[in-house]
Amino acid sequence: MSRQMKQNLTIAISKGRILKEALPLLSKIGIEPVEDLNTSRKLILQTNRAPIQVVVIRATDVPTYVEYGAADLGITGKDVLMEHGSDQLYEPLDLKIAPCRLMLAQIKGATQYLPQRRLRIATKYVNITQQYFNQRGEQVELIKLYGSMELAPLVGLADRIVDLVDTGNTLKANGLEPTELILPVTSRLVVNKASMKMKQAAILQLVTDLKEVL
Amino acid sequence: MSINRRWILPEGIEEILPDQAWQLEHLRRQLLDLFRTWGYELIIPPMVEYLDSLITGLGEDLEQQTFKTVDGMNGRTLGIRPDITPQAARIDAHRIGQEGPTRLCYAGSVLLTHPSALGGSRSPMQVGVELFGHGGVESDIEVLSLLIESLTLTGIDEVHIDLGHVALFHGLAAAAQLSAETEAQIFDCLQRKSLPDLQQLLLNSSLDERYQTWFLELLALSGEATVLDDAKRFYVNAPASIQQALGQLEQIATKIHRRFPQVSLCIDLAELRGYTYHTGCVFAAYVMGEGQAIAQGGRYDHIGEVFGRARPATGFSADMKTLLMLSNQSRGEFSRVLAPDDEDPELVEMIHNLRAKGLQVVVNLPEPVGTKECDQKIVKQNGKWKLVTND
Repeated sequence: MSRQMKQNLTIAISKGRILKEALPLLSKIGIEPVEDLNTSRKLILQTNRAPIQVVVIRATDVPTYVEYGAADLGITGKDVLMEHGSDQLYEPLDLKIAPCRLMLAQIKGATQYLPQRRLRIATKYVNITQQYFNQRGEQVELIKLYGSMELAPLVGLADRIVDLVDTGNTLKANGLEPTELILPVTSRLVVNKASMKMKQAAILQLVTDLKEVL
Repeated sequence: MSINRRWILPEGIEEILPDQAWQLEHLRRQLLDLFRTWGYELIIPPMVEYLDSLITGLGEDLEQQTFKTVDGMNGRTLGIRPDITPQAARIDAHRIGQEGPTRLCYAGSVLLTHPSALGGSRSPMQVGVELFGHGGVESDIEVLSLLIESLTLTGIDEVHIDLGHVALFHGLAAAAQLSAETEAQIFDCLQRKSLPDLQQLLLNSSLDERYQTWFLELLALSGEATVLDDAKRFYVNAPASIQQALGQLEQIATKIHRRFPQVSLCIDLAELRGYTYHTGCVFAAYVMGEGQAIAQGGRYDHIGEVFGRARPATGFSADMKTLLMLSNQSRGEFSRVLAPDDEDPELVEMIHNLRAKGLQVVVNLPEPVGTKECDQKIVKQNGKWKLVTND
């Protein structure tokens, strides 16, 4: 036990909305960064609970950090985990923060009739999209984009898009409509497999505490 | 290909250079010698086999992990081995074919199409043992003990051993008569220890409530060996195979703890690694700072079936390159002697004797370059050849 107290516990948190909603949760269980996240330029942030430190990184990097063991725990969206292929991580808790939906969308009123070629779908979630259409037995052509999916159908780059939908305002503003729900998304707590075993007491405590304040 | 790129190796394929290579070779000898003192016989299975015999019984995962090629002599598909364990099972079933326990060990390269974890190697050097022909906990204990001793010999301290038993999930799944699809989904949730996903999945299933709590409890039952007491109480009305599995785990945990009190031992009843071919107790070794298990093993009683001779079996394996990286010992360091290039029979004899003693003697070639790696040298003093410090 004394050994475990000395062990660092690193939590990797996705930048942006997830971070904003995760901090109050951590604060409720008594973990607060000692520096102001908005002004600090440090990459590793200490917290008031000494062995626990926080790194703030891009959402898609969170599973990578945690799988390698560079961070013991991570907080990121289910969409990112599914896209990463997360069977090498433990995923003990749904934090229920930053909710949104991963959806298939198209130009409003677009006909179901399609040309004699494969459906072209623009997305940054190529793995999830591929899986989704494989399960339906449909072969589609995927176009990997890194942002502004909504543009793709408007300029004829793709027939459909798969993207995260929060309020749906961006879609609407560009004359698109969501048609199918692919995955409801919330943020999950993920844990490195070896950390879960080697630092079990500390991690289970954190999981239990978090569960209580959800 | 541009000449600048010709030296680049494929992703996940590495070569071992001087210093490291001798260290690795010494580790290999040390480990095989250890296995030998436990009565394990050495086998050297081939790099390639017919795909059917290489992967049968081990499921889809291993097939995806196998590099394939066509045998030009008969058009059959060959596989480059991704794992030596099934080869050992085939050898036990057919080539040795003796009754009673057979103990086999091996060390050799395997090739994987994908690294088994992020950033891992695609060409691990697998070292391991397999014990065939005995189904009791005694052989599980023997193999696990040998795993722990191997890590100690390698120079890896503060090892953490994780113990599980796939028969719990097998037993519950069979008793609940799960469809293959539901079983795979529950397996996926357990594998990720995702309590919320499992709850959701069970809620939407028509599964008897008793089974629902049994599956859910698997996730809660991890920690020190005392969780086994909780588990026994909790599964008191569960199928007999569950109680039996828990009893086996208890025996293994108690004896291993008694034998290796310094090793931290944890139970994890939701650990289902290698679920498709494992049938009993499974275990893995972890050390601080490594994101993945560094050695693993367990019982797989049915593999021999596909070779026409089902035999109880258990074993462990590890990647020697990983072990070496984590080792706190250095190996293969010898005193090096620089000798002049001289035909004098006395010198020739002296060099011969030094080499016979195991020293490295490097003969200085006519145009000497870099002699600093030798810590000793042979010089002629007062007409006699002498060994002196090289400075």
